[in-house]
Amino acid sequence: MAQIQSNEQDSGKGGKHGKVRAKKQSTHIDMTPMVDLAFLLLTFFMLTTTFGKPKTMEINMPVKDPTNTVKNEVNNALTFLLSGDDKIYWYYGELKPDTKLTLTDYSTQGIRKLLLDRNKQAVDEIKTLRENALKTKMADTTLKRMEVDIKGKKYALMVLVKTDDKAKYKNVINVLDELNICLIGKYALVDLDMREYDLIKTFQP
Amino acid sequence: MPKVKMPKNSPSLDMTPMVDLAFLLVTFFMLTTQFRPDEPVVVDSPSSISEKILPDKVMLVTIDSLGRVFFNLEGKEMRKEMLGQMGAKYGVTFDEKETNRFALMTTFGMTVQQLKQYIPMDEMERKDFMKKSQGIPYDSLNNQLGDWIRFGRLADAEKSGGAPVDKTKGLRFAIKGDANANYTAIKRVIEVFQEMKVNRFNLVTTLEQNPNI
Repeated sequence: MAQIQSNEQDSGKGGKHGKVRAKKQSTHIDMTPMVDLAFLLLTFFMLTTTFGKPKTMEINMPVKDPTNTVKNEVNNALTFLLSGDDKIYWYYGELKPDTKLTLTDYSTQGIRKLLLDRNKQAVDEIKTLRENALKTKMADTTLKRMEVDIKGKKYALMVLVKTDDKAKYKNVINVLDELNICLIGKYALVDLDMREYDLIKTFQP
Repeated sequence: MPKVKMPKNSPSLDMTPMVDLAFLLVTFFMLTTQFRPDEPVVVDSPSSISEKILPDKVMLVTIDSLGRVFFNLEGKEMRKEMLGQMGAKYGVTFDEKETNRFALMTTFGMTVQQLKQYIPMDEMERKDFMKKSQGIPYDSLNNQLGDWIRFGRLADAEKSGGAPVDKTKGLRFAIKGDANANYTAIKRVIEVFQEMKVNRFNLVTTLEQNPNI
């Protein structure tokens, strides 16, 4: 740090040898304040900076067209009815007068198990495809295309997601997420039918 | 005889490499940083396994837990254009100063009529205002959100000179909803978008571990 050279000592020495030595100028600069400032700025920028952009989930809605009255094929369709308090009701196939709802939840044992069981054929096929792809070093794009093909096959499960007025946004996102996890490619967000609304209301486990 | 002096151990170290590094990092952060825009509303996004990142050019509609709707579109020129059209439609005139101030703002959520009072406010007043605000009206009777979307798209088309050749570079539409918002609110916002012939959305989520079944 600050170095003070005593004059007395120097002159004493000089006297003894009869030579005047030039004072050695120290080349050290005290850098502490500069370093303080540098680190202050560093901390500031590190804390205010945002790394990475938020993640998003892409979703395509069908084009709203009043002339489009084609009924959906619901032969291999599972319908989820989302309601308040994180409740999911579901039924399989078409809505008939004697359709009974079943209650499930968002856990791994609930909705995921259900989806994986119902979509077993497609899931198994994609799994073997992925294993083969790993062995044969298939290109990523090819693999993706083949997966999409399988997801669009007739035996792959189709899912309809309907919500009542008590469902929360996170419920919908959770279900869409589960569909992605369970490799389901055919799904749609649909409006709730009046009959289904009644079914939820009169639901008894 | 001169005394043999022991070299004094200096307590100062050579800090040069450390300082070099520190300044390197400072420069890096200074150049890469983009200041976090001050969000007027706190939104807790739901989580998903999706790893797609939000595109750069995006029209963002935020819905908070109470179902209030907020709107944001970045780009100074686009904002000026959009505000002019919006003012013309609803009979509110914005002068030069107000337009310039609006161009620098971020997310907002109020009626066009209230926007006139909101623009000249300072930070603190804006915060108070936002607490009381009802958001942008988006019901079918007074669909100001739809108009913001329409004029935003028009402004974008004008500034970027028609539809882009590369579709991924075009304007994208993102919905950032609070996890606890009622889905009916989100559904209505999607409907508003669909009325404007927008059928493709990015739902903003936070990343969650993929269980890899």
